[in-house]
Amino acid sequence: MDWMALSDAEWTAVRLSLRVATVAMLSSLPLALLAAMVLARGRFWGKSVLNGLVHMPLVLPPVVTGFVLLLLFGRRGPIGAFLAENFGIVFSFRWTGAALACAVMGFPLMVRSIRLSIDAVDRKLEDAAATLGAGPVWVFLTVTLPLILPGIIAGMILSFAKAMGEFGATITFVSNIPGETQTLSSAIYTFTQVPGGDAGAMRLAVVSVVISMGALMLSEIFAAFAAKRSVTA
Amino acid sequence: MSLEVEARHRVGAFTIDAAFTSDGSVTALFGRSGSGKTSLINIIAGLLRPDSGRIVLDGDVIADSERRIFTPIHRRRFGYVFQEARLFPHMSVRKNLAYGRWFAGAEKSASQFGRVVEMLGIGHLLDRRPSTLSGGERQRVAVGRALLASPRLLLMDEPLAALDEARKAEILPYLERLRDETRIPIVYVSHSVAEIARLAERVIVIENGRVQASGDAAVILSQPAAVHAMDWREAGALLEGVVESHDSAHNLTVVRAGECLVRVPQLFVPPGHSVRLHIAARDVMLATVRPEGISALNVFEGTVIDLSPDEKASIDVRVQCGGNVILARITALSRDALQLAPGKSVHAIIKTVALDH
Repeated sequence: MDWMALSDAEWTAVRLSLRVATVAMLSSLPLALLAAMVLARGRFWGKSVLNGLVHMPLVLPPVVTGFVLLLLFGRRGPIGAFLAENFGIVFSFRWTGAALACAVMGFPLMVRSIRLSIDAVDRKLEDAAATLGAGPVWVFLTVTLPLILPGIIAGMILSFAKAMGEFGATITFVSNIPGETQTLSSAIYTFTQVPGGDAGAMRLAVVSVVISMGALMLSEIFAAFAAKRSVTA
Repeated sequence: MSLEVEARHRVGAFTIDAAFTSDGSVTALFGRSGSGKTSLINIIAGLLRPDSGRIVLDGDVIADSERRIFTPIHRRRFGYVFQEARLFPHMSVRKNLAYGRWFAGAEKSASQFGRVVEMLGIGHLLDRRPSTLSGGERQRVAVGRALLASPRLLLMDEPLAALDEARKAEILPYLERLRDETRIPIVYVSHSVAEIARLAERVIVIENGRVQASGDAAVILSQPAAVHAMDWREAGALLEGVVESHDSAHNLTVVRAGECLVRVPQLFVPPGHSVRLHIAARDVMLATVRPEGISALNVFEGTVIDLSPDEKASIDVRVQCGGNVILARITALSRDALQLAPGKSVHAIIKTVALDH
């Protein structure tokens, strides 16, 4: 099994990918929950525009998304410059930029998943909670949120899996710097570009398959658990 | 308690324009399905905001469109028992029960919890999930949950409609206890005469979103407006009576109504307690001579007051029996065979088991 031993550089790529995917997933969660709630429940002018905007990364070529991020969040981009000057947050050519790219790419998947579960919530239960004295915030926290938890978890795992595989937007936005922005996917790509890199590409591919399968199985377990819990009464 | 409701609301082509007041402990909103009674109770609860109207409970203005007052649902403290129990599927029965208690302030917690659980007979269900309960059990838990939120008014929207006859019979006694033991006024929506006859003090008959009649249950339920709103098969007479004695050996209760002693399946109320019996016209037989060797326990002597004109194959005969008016539904053929006419003396025969609601 010698050929399966990962080199330090490869381990770095794996660790970086896990970190980028985790940060991307967690940081996009609050915003995705808000967007899903607004899209599922809100009634306002321009809702279809918001819906389109949220789903944009799903239909745009990833390279275009990466390029737009570069324009907006790059060092001279309007948002990037503002954040760098006022908060010292820099995205371009940093792992944080990779996380941002992954978060943006996974966002529509997470929103969709959460929104579907919000649509499935029996609003009569929320009415019942209100008649028992719960104000809107409490209704959300004690009834809606627990009932959509399966959708939230599924959305998180989808976003995580998407981040693990993200390539186009990341490489366009933050390039392919070993130890900083070289994720699993970019590392595999790099291996395939050099003579004799097949073995390395194969090793990382196996790691990638294992992580993806693990995430998928985890989501199945959560889904089964949630289905058992939320049989409607 | 005094409840004052006034509401005008349009939904598509349907208009609700109703106003009523009630000071009874149980006020029934009675009418066919689609008459607007559920919309009306939702307006009282605050789930539906009417185009205009006002709701006043004990002098406290809950909503008034003219004065732009609208108390949100969660601040009204009106308990609501829905047709489907609407228990929270992600919580145990115990947590479901405790849900509203928490918002009401847990000051009188433990003893009240125990009393409600005991009254509804749900102590053995506390650690179960709602999905594992039967329909009747769910509905009892839903009643308990509403009660434990310490409501000022309890709204019930056909709480028994989704249940079969056996489950209804299981829950009705609990609702009677609820009415008699708690001092919480109840607004009860139903299209079932049997339920309303047993539970309600005041009846508001709703038809096409409007109030057709309102007043004391015994009076209203024998009026044409109410008869029109009820299922034809359910038409009958309402007897006001007092529990005389119990025959526990045979699981029977004797109720005195006027000069009649009516034997009914056991009622769990003490002697001296007043009860109301609904006797469906189709459960009453007539005989011109006193029947002998018959299993029916209730045979009352009376005189025919009047007969309804021919409709379908059957007619309704009103019989005066010891201070009560009993309605009997017989065929036109029997009327002719027995030569029934106003003033003729007859015996009304009612099977005790038919009185088991």
